[in-house]
Amino acid sequence: MEQPVSQPSPSGRAVERPLTKNIRPGEEPLSLREYEQAGGYQAVRTALGSLSPSEVVDVVKQANLRGRGGAGFPTGVKWSLVPMGDTAPRPKYLIANADEMEPGTFKDRLLLEGDPHQLLEGMILSAYAIQADVAYIFLRWEYTLAATRLRRAIAEAYDHHYLGRHIRGSDYSLELYLHTSAGRYICGEETALLNALEGKRATPRAKPPFPQVSGLWGKPTVVQNVETLCNVPHIVHRGAEWYKSLSYTDDGGTKIYGVSGKVKRPGAWELPMGTPLREILEEHAGGLRDGLTLRGVLPGGASTDFLVAEHLDIPMDYAAVQKAGSRLGTGTLIVLDDQTCPVGMVHNLERFFAQESCGWCTPCREGLPWTAQLLQALEDGQGQPGDLERLALHTQFLGPGLTFCALAPGAMEPLQSALRYFRDDFEQHIRDKKCPWR
Amino acid sequence: MLTLEERQEITAEMQHYPQKQAACIEALKVVQRHRGWVSDAGLRDIAEFLEMTPDELDGIATFYNLVFRKPVGRHVVLLCSSVSCWIMGYDRLRQHFIGRLGIDLGETSPDGQFTLLPIPCLGTCDHAPALIIDDALYRDLDPQRCDTILEMYREAGR
Repeated sequence: MEQPVSQPSPSGRAVERPLTKNIRPGEEPLSLREYEQAGGYQAVRTALGSLSPSEVVDVVKQANLRGRGGAGFPTGVKWSLVPMGDTAPRPKYLIANADEMEPGTFKDRLLLEGDPHQLLEGMILSAYAIQADVAYIFLRWEYTLAATRLRRAIAEAYDHHYLGRHIRGSDYSLELYLHTSAGRYICGEETALLNALEGKRATPRAKPPFPQVSGLWGKPTVVQNVETLCNVPHIVHRGAEWYKSLSYTDDGGTKIYGVSGKVKRPGAWELPMGTPLREILEEHAGGLRDGLTLRGVLPGGASTDFLVAEHLDIPMDYAAVQKAGSRLGTGTLIVLDDQTCPVGMVHNLERFFAQESCGWCTPCREGLPWTAQLLQALEDGQGQPGDLERLALHTQFLGPGLTFCALAPGAMEPLQSALRYFRDDFEQHIRDKKCPWR
Repeated sequence: MLTLEERQEITAEMQHYPQKQAACIEALKVVQRHRGWVSDAGLRDIAEFLEMTPDELDGIATFYNLVFRKPVGRHVVLLCSSVSCWIMGYDRLRQHFIGRLGIDLGETSPDGQFTLLPIPCLGTCDHAPALIIDDALYRDLDPQRCDTILEMYREAGR
């Protein structure tokens, strides 16, 4: 990904790219010294020297930073639920959720491999804000290059007293450990992650209690996505007003958007939050390959509803995408072209979700394999009249509030929207007793 | 019995947590790194060391995609089967590997060299299709490139 530090966007505004400015594709990431020279760790020195933890929470609140893991919860609000003061239970924990496994998503990999010190700095600041004693990076095993680079960065940070006892001579101490996982999508769900970290089967937990009150080993814990944490140093260093000014809309900052599928230039780009879908797809990703046209996109990874051509001009922020009937999610688009079978695509998705179901609750454990089997039948030309109604019934029974966690409701998003926008394709499979694409 | 190295590696991991059980997932990976897979004996060795029951540990071992509770070949081919790789040609690659290695997904080639497994999204979707062999990532794949990669591992084994 080649991006200058700052260049005029198509609208003519100069665009800053704080998250990716240090990233040099194909090269080693910045060492700690180089990172400091580029302005890094200044925010940590400032915060530990002259800001109280609640002042750090406040600036993050004012900046309108929202979680970049998919849920979009306001970060400052999340932190403000952590018990503070001398009576707070200890130790408190800060966890970076680096278990990026949402199909179609590859933005955290970019940050982890490209600028590991940025994540560490974000973690140190966030831990300071909630007065955490211990921090973990929960990294998916498959990101082996990121693991190597993070280990090196962590060692450097300890050597230079940005981690450990009395950071930079201050009263604040933080131990930070890298934990690599063993492969299971549900570990990305914050409460399941806690169980995984405790060395158990990664089934989710009931909320309440929320992790901020009772999390890892029952102690106050904040779990944040990697991209979310990487925003924190910049907010603390440059302030909330600057951060809000980077965005086109009410949600602050920039966003790493990505595109995969049959476009001319698949990739990831840091752009102002609220960049229009059309700009991401056509200008940065170059549009669909020659000879192909757009049928739809999943705007934020596998567990989001399809958007179609009529939505191309919406800003890609949390509110606008929700209003259009989908979710911003991870902000990485998966493109469906007109020569790829929509039924096949949804089948692939539901097989994934069925496999990755943790098995804890009945609607998910039983319902997802059913939807996968129904879709297999359609693909094999064995679809029966009534199958679409059966699929629609599942989108109700596995909907929000009816399952133990958000995996199954997320799985229903591409299915329900495919039944809405591509119903003819599904009916054709039943009517003609075969997939027209095979 | 765990070997000395296995015990040392697991003990090092245990330092990061206030409770022993938290190191069990890494312990499974340690044993797998040393022995190729986690047998019932390996499971019992770890359980004993961490003061867990083998059944409890097996419930954890079988939950995670990358802990192998059956023997695997010299090299494990993890072929991404998720949606972006599927759009970009996973089916064709799968068929190609099945033909080349003479095995189906979940099986090990007769010469014991390669085990072929599907794996969910590897997080490199802008370079789909992709796979991991052992712990190396390969992407922007086509059948020809896959042949070159397999050959590389065969050569290295000689």
